[in-house]
Amino acid sequence: MSAEPLLEVRGLKVRFATEDGIVRAVDGVDFELNEGRVLGIVGESGSGKSVTAMTVLGLTRDKNARFDGEVRYRGADLLPMSEPQLRGYRGREIAMIFQDPMTSLNPVHRVGDQIVESIVTHEGTRRRLAKRRAVELLRRVGIPNAAQRAEDYPHQFSGGMRQRAMIAMALACAPQLLIADEPTTALDVTIQAQIIELLRSLVEERKMALILITHDLGVVANIAQDILVMYAGRVVERSDKRGIFYDPQMPYTWGLLGSIPRLDRPKPEKLYSISGLPPSLIRLPRGCAFRPRCPHAFDRCFEEPPLADRIENPDHLDRCWLSVDEKRVLRVATISGERAA
Amino acid sequence: MTTPNGTPLLELKEVEKHFPVRRGALARETDRVHAVDGVTLTVNEGETLGLVGESGCGKSTLGRCIVRLLEPTGGDIFFEGRSIARLRQRQLRPLRREMQMIFQDPFASLNPRKRVGTIVSDPLRIHRIGDRESRKRDVQDLLGKVGLSPEHYNRFPHEFSGGQRQRIGVARALALRPKLVVCDEPVSALDVSIQAQIINLLESLQDDFNLTYVFIAHDLAVVRHISDRIAVMYLGKIVEVSPAEELYQHPLHPYTISLLSAAPIPDPEVEEQRETILLAGDLPSSLHPPPACRFHTRCPYVQPTLCRDEEPPLREIAPGHIAACHWAEQIRDGKLQPTHVQTETGAEPEAEPAVG
Repeated sequence: MSAEPLLEVRGLKVRFATEDGIVRAVDGVDFELNEGRVLGIVGESGSGKSVTAMTVLGLTRDKNARFDGEVRYRGADLLPMSEPQLRGYRGREIAMIFQDPMTSLNPVHRVGDQIVESIVTHEGTRRRLAKRRAVELLRRVGIPNAAQRAEDYPHQFSGGMRQRAMIAMALACAPQLLIADEPTTALDVTIQAQIIELLRSLVEERKMALILITHDLGVVANIAQDILVMYAGRVVERSDKRGIFYDPQMPYTWGLLGSIPRLDRPKPEKLYSISGLPPSLIRLPRGCAFRPRCPHAFDRCFEEPPLADRIENPDHLDRCWLSVDEKRVLRVATISGERAA
Repeated sequence: MTTPNGTPLLELKEVEKHFPVRRGALARETDRVHAVDGVTLTVNEGETLGLVGESGCGKSTLGRCIVRLLEPTGGDIFFEGRSIARLRQRQLRPLRREMQMIFQDPFASLNPRKRVGTIVSDPLRIHRIGDRESRKRDVQDLLGKVGLSPEHYNRFPHEFSGGQRQRIGVARALALRPKLVVCDEPVSALDVSIQAQIINLLESLQDDFNLTYVFIAHDLAVVRHISDRIAVMYLGKIVEVSPAEELYQHPLHPYTISLLSAAPIPDPEVEEQRETILLAGDLPSSLHPPPACRFHTRCPYVQPTLCRDEEPPLREIAPGHIAACHWAEQIRDGKLQPTHVQTETGAEPEAEPAVG
């Protein structure tokens, strides 16, 4: 493995000017991703996870948007690049799939043709050849009768099939990094299991890195190796998967873990719930963004804790002032979902 | 529990809802979507019946038939022993006080032009309950009970977050003090931390208001948490009904088993160790559901006999636990093992109106 990470995001900030004020959609995100790794980004709506991912590909550019920090892909900073320069990366190096495949597939073109288009545009391959590759890709992602189904329009596909077609299209130019933004949220559990299995096998087979954005800790427990937990535009905890699930340091992470009903555990009397609402991104609270909802907040929380390693594992970072010993005691009740806040 | 005279609060008998598909200049009926296709169920007073299944299985259509937003095309529905399946609009009016519905999308189900107070008090006004003053008092009281504040009375829906809007939807449903509330995916659109708040709210209101819930959802863990009994639906039919814990401990129908195995569990070690049954393909079209057992095209336990020839009836396999599978006993006793069916169904393209 090369020393240089495939993707390195440093101090990323994204602000949007709106009529109501400046929205701090992303307010300090740092992470790196090595080749062939699977990174899960977890957070609730408005936590900045999608904006982070879209900014990597320059999809949030707008006259009202301001960016800070660095997004380095194989060492090259994508953030200041011009649109034509970026186009060399989109699809070819980094591809993205979205939650709702219907918004990404063009309804008036045949599914096969859309994949052909992407191959021809990026690689200048001849159409006949591109067509054969498109059918091959559709077959690889598990579309039955691929040659025939390539002639269908998106509306003739079911939700799961559309997501497969999207994945096929994203893979068309063999990218090194795939960003999947809530790829299974709109799907039923049995179809979700199929798609996750497909992503897993593709990552393995193509040595591709994957960023999987989701609000579902169950999904990342399955496929991710490393996890970022985001809250109000900030990374609040970052670790390998085991660290997040078995030694979580941030009270917000505890709350997330504790408030999901679990099929593998006896049913609690009452579900744990995080009280209150996520903060407005226009008027963030002073200090730790989670402070107003945190049952363990104390004076020091009015000062913002930096993302730092506070436990034995130097790769496990969090933003919380509590001491490690306090955390390990305090979290027990929350994580087991015992006590309602 | 039953009502004092011994009848269950709600009884469904062979309820059927087919939607005609019309084509051509004369709009002739060319086909039918079998959204709900013969559902028999009882719901007892004070209990929560969970209704699970994937999108398109007909669970929402069934929910709408129960509160009579839709008229079933066949079968009968009894509420407190009285047949309600064929009642007309005017006859339905008094019934609306008894049964209410909470919807999935808190953004679509509240009128953006009306103030919260009006939204929640409208049911009272329509049913001519109390005067203006007493209605306002009632509504403000109710807002407090669902975790909002009485000052929210004059606000508009857009001033609220998703979770708060769902609270408004709950308050509106409870304004008439109904006996039965059908909750159609009430937490699916909400974030995890908010979802838990609403689930806890629904549970505490059930005690305070003596409510009976039909809780429709696709999330198995949520349904297990809130339900006393659970009914599993597949392609318009009930395939299994069981007490909640029993269903998760000893699922009998292959579809239930597959659903449970596919539900992700937020624990890496558990995830690594357990085996997921990957179902083949997609849900078949409810225009032409597969013959005999509707699940046989995707079933990991499908057998050479019976499954493709005969429709399995719902049978009681254990006390209070019924399932519609020819092989339920063999599956229970571990005599049949699932096969990983290959993802090759040659399924028909699914281009149909969304049902459920």
